[in-house]
Amino acid sequence: MERHFERDLQELKERLLWMASLAERAVHQAVQALLEGDEAVANQVIAEENAINELQIEIDERALQLLALYQLMAADLRFVLAVSRINADLERIGDQAVNIAEAAQRLMRHPRVKPYVDLPRMGELAEAMVRDGMNAVVNRDLELAKSVLTRDDQVDSLRDQIFRELLTYMMENSSVVFSAFELILVAKNLERIGDHATNIAEDVIYMVAGRDIRHPAVDRR
Amino acid sequence: MSIMTTTRDFPLLKTQVEQRKPLPGEPEAKMTVEELTIRYGPRVAVEGVTLPFYRQLITAIIGPSGCGKSTLLRALNRMNDTLPGVVTQGRVELDGKDIYAPGCDVIALRQRVGMVFQQPNPFAKSIYDNVAYGLRINGLVRSRAELDDRVERALRAAALWDEVKDRLGKSALQLSGGEQQRLCIARALAVQPQVLLMDEPASALDPVSTAKIEELMFELKKDYTIVIVTHNMQQAARVSDLTAFLLSGHLLEFNPTPQLFTTPAEARTEAYITGRFG
Repeated sequence: MERHFERDLQELKERLLWMASLAERAVHQAVQALLEGDEAVANQVIAEENAINELQIEIDERALQLLALYQLMAADLRFVLAVSRINADLERIGDQAVNIAEAAQRLMRHPRVKPYVDLPRMGELAEAMVRDGMNAVVNRDLELAKSVLTRDDQVDSLRDQIFRELLTYMMENSSVVFSAFELILVAKNLERIGDHATNIAEDVIYMVAGRDIRHPAVDRR
Repeated sequence: MSIMTTTRDFPLLKTQVEQRKPLPGEPEAKMTVEELTIRYGPRVAVEGVTLPFYRQLITAIIGPSGCGKSTLLRALNRMNDTLPGVVTQGRVELDGKDIYAPGCDVIALRQRVGMVFQQPNPFAKSIYDNVAYGLRINGLVRSRAELDDRVERALRAAALWDEVKDRLGKSALQLSGGEQQRLCIARALAVQPQVLLMDEPASALDPVSTAKIEELMFELKKDYTIVIVTHNMQQAARVSDLTAFLLSGHLLEFNPTPQLFTTPAEARTEAYITGRFG
């Protein structure tokens, strides 16, 4: 016998996945706008942010109603709590994509500092982390979630590499400071996207295994 | 008050959040009580209550013990008439007609407004005869084949047919508590009522049987107007579209269930549903 709330849980999941697909696309298009200097794509990312924001509110309302109306227990309870957290992370990912799109708009007015090598790699990594984090949500896949966690270090080291490289460009030639500084901020935005994907992966582990692996230094005895 | 307040528009997404999907357009009241006051001798059990009950929606009446919720429910098919010393004032309408008007046929009324009680109360007869009972005494069927058909349809509607179809001649008292309660629902449905009143229908049942009754209510609401009285707030939250909160015989709040359980309008509703009193 399917209980009535199972349909509501399923709908909640579908809405979260829709939001994830919008956030993931925003990241992809923002990086594309930056790499290709495509103003139309940058504008699209900025215009579509409101849809993500609307979904955040909608998903919160659904989660609130599920918690208020049904006495969810165990896996169902953890699922709704995880959805609520993932919802906030996806909205922040959307914000970071908008930051990148806005940086892309500003960078278009200036000559390129250098050919982009590490930024596209970093963009692909961050985007894949978001995508795999959400695939782990859908398939309740612990291994995939763990692989997202390990990839965060790669994103962080790419960020450090980009920082170092751009710093040397700035020291050699002060006319590139504006563009180089924008690119450092973009690298920071991508790193934050990786962090949000990491949060999502941690939520999957909590949701599936009931283990809270955040902040390992905190004594949970 | 519009029950459409349960939805919220998201224009960019072209969607609405609707946990309990309301019917398109304004809901239609099947029954209404207006300024209803009920006294047991000197004691006022229900005072000045005005409340609609909509077609195809489940309305829950909640409130602490003695708040008058069962008395209000029983007024809807004049079950209080059987108690001595009860005085009922105000109007109760079914399809716009006052059921307390002189000349109202109470037997016909109770056929249209069926009731399921807290304790399963099957007759000490066979499963078949329990469901057939109302049809026989009211002369509602002309042939054995028609009776068989109506009994089967009622048992199917109560989600009991598959469990009992091979033992229709067995005593109803051999059924489990949950089955007995669904049998009582089948017995109420057999005479094809339009409104179903349920007074704590699951309070004597285990969680699995309770879940079955609740899922059954979702099915039944497509065809019936359902009013449920429950002291179990969680049950009201799970099954109902609209919730009325009664306190000391007064209607304090009547709102869509998702709203009442997330952002109640009245401080006393909030205190009650959060377990601060009652």
